[in-house]
Amino acid sequence: MKQGIFTVLQNRPLTADVWEMRLGGDTDAITAPGQFVNITVPGLFLRRPISVCDCEEGELTLVYKVVGKGTDALSRLTEGEELDLLTGLGNGYDLMAAGENPLLLGGGVGVPPLYWLAKKLTNAGKQVSVVLGFNRREEVFCEEAFRALGAKVAVTTVDGSYGTRGFVTDALPRDYTSVYTCGPLPMLKAVYKATRGPAFFSFEERMGCGFGACMGCTQRTKEGYKRICKDGPVLRREEILWED
Amino acid sequence: MGRLNVELCGIPLDNPVIPASGTFGYGWEFHELYDLNILGTFSFKGTTREPRFGNPTPRIAEAPSGMLNAVGLQNPGVEKVIAEELPRLKTHFHKQVMANVSGFSVEEFAETCALLDKEPQVGWLEVNISCPNVHGGGMSFGTDPKAAAAVTKAVKKVTRKPVILKLSPNVMDITEIARAVESEGADGVSLINTLMGMRIDLKSRRPVLKNRTGGLSGPAVFPVALRMVWDVAGAVKIPVIGMGGVSTAEDVIEMMLAGATAVEVGAQNLRDPFAAKTIIEELPGVMDRLGIENLREIIGGAR
Repeated sequence: MKQGIFTVLQNRPLTADVWEMRLGGDTDAITAPGQFVNITVPGLFLRRPISVCDCEEGELTLVYKVVGKGTDALSRLTEGEELDLLTGLGNGYDLMAAGENPLLLGGGVGVPPLYWLAKKLTNAGKQVSVVLGFNRREEVFCEEAFRALGAKVAVTTVDGSYGTRGFVTDALPRDYTSVYTCGPLPMLKAVYKATRGPAFFSFEERMGCGFGACMGCTQRTKEGYKRICKDGPVLRREEILWED
Repeated sequence: MGRLNVELCGIPLDNPVIPASGTFGYGWEFHELYDLNILGTFSFKGTTREPRFGNPTPRIAEAPSGMLNAVGLQNPGVEKVIAEELPRLKTHFHKQVMANVSGFSVEEFAETCALLDKEPQVGWLEVNISCPNVHGGGMSFGTDPKAAAAVTKAVKKVTRKPVILKLSPNVMDITEIARAVESEGADGVSLINTLMGMRIDLKSRRPVLKNRTGGLSGPAVFPVALRMVWDVAGAVKIPVIGMGGVSTAEDVIEMMLAGATAVEVGAQNLRDPFAAKTIIEELPGVMDRLGIENLREIIGGAR
C-alpha cells in the first residue's frame, strides 16, 4: 500500500451515472487487476474505495457509478485537481489459474475491474470471453473497449433492449477454463451456481479504512473470517460461504 | 527526559500519542507503513475471552466530520492473541503494548485480564466497559457505577499491571463512573469511547447499519470528549487518557491542557494511516510555536 497525491487528467460521463476518471500519479503499489484505491473525497470523512479499471505506469483509470455523496463529489472534480489516494489495496485476481479460455462476467458497475484483467489476459495470449450485464441499453458501457482488446464479448440486458435478454448467466459460453466475476451479490450467487471450475469472485462491502485495520468489512468464509478490503475483495470459489 | 516524554501509571512513554483500540488492529497493518516504535504505545484491538465475529455488515457508515462503527468487537479471542499476535508484534514493536479487554460478565473480564497479566509485552490493561455495539455486555458495565466498580475490583485482583478503565460517554454523569472505578483501585481512566448514533438510508428507508446503531467517532466528537476529559480530570486523582476525535498535534495539546496525561488517536488512523506518525512529528514544531518547553508541564494547564 502507498499513499500518494494524484492529479485528475480527465473526468467524463460514460452513461447517465457512470463516470470515467483518469488520474496521474505513482502507481507502483498497484500490482494486480481487481485491486482498488481508497480516495479522500473533499468534505467527507471516510475515504471511498473504487476498483482499478486500468493501470499503466503513472496513470490510473477508475470507472465509478454515482450512488451517493462521495461518488457525486468525485464526478464534480475537474482536470488538474488533486486527490489523496491509498493505492495497491486488496488482493486482486489470481491470473495464474486462468487457463487458456478464461471467462469474465461483469454486472453493472462490477464491469470496470474486469477491463484491466482482460487486458492482462489477452496480452498473455489467452482467448478471453466476456459477458457484460446491464439493466437496459442506456446503461451499457465499456463494450467496445473489451472488443478492442480482442476479447469475445456478449452483452445482456434485463429488459432485453440490447444484446441477450436476461442476466450474464443467460449468455454463458459452453466452454471455459476459469471464471472471473464482479457485480452485485445476487449476480455473484447466480454465477456461483451456474458455472464450474476455478472461479474468482470480487465482493463489495462498506469499508472503514480499506487496509485491514478496522474490521469493518469482514465476511465469514469457509476458511475463517476474511476482511474484504485486505484478504479480498477477491475470494476463490472454494472459500465462499453464502449467508442468508 | 525529552520534550515529549510523559509517564503513564508509572511506565514512561516517549510521547503521549497512543493509537486507540479498534483502529490499529494488533499493529501489523501499520507496521507495514512505518516504524511502530515511534509511538508512545498503542492500544490493541478489543479482545475477549472467546473469538468473536462481531455484528453483521454493513457495520460502517459516514457521519458529518466523523464515522459510525458497529463492528461489535471482532477479535480472535485472548488465547490466539497471546499465541499468535503478541509473538508477531514482538518482532517489530519493542515497547510494551496496551491490552484492550472487553467482556460479557465480571468473571470474563477477570479471566481475560489474568491471561494477559502473564505477558511481559503487555504494559497496561485498558478495560473496555463502554463498547456500545455489543448486546448483554460492553457498555452496560460502563453506564452503571456499581457494575463499573465490580469489574474494576475483579480485574485488580488478578493483575499487578496498571488497570485503565475505558469509559462511556453515553451516561448522565461520567465523573460518577470515574469516581466509582477509582474507588476500587483503577490506576487510570481513558475516555471517551464512541457516542451512540445511527443513520438512515434515504433510498431504502432503512438504517444504514445492520445493527441499527453504532458508535460515533471522529472530529465531530472532539469538543464533547474534551469537555468530559476536563470534568473527569477534575473529579479523580488517577491519570486520564483523553481521546475522541483527536486528529492533529494541536488536538493533543488541547486534550493535555484539559487534564489528559496521554492522548489516544482513533478514527483518524482509518482516514489517514499515517496520522499518529504525523502528529508525533508535528508536535515539537507546534510546541515551539506555542511556547511549550515540554508536554509534562501543560497537563491540566488550562484548568
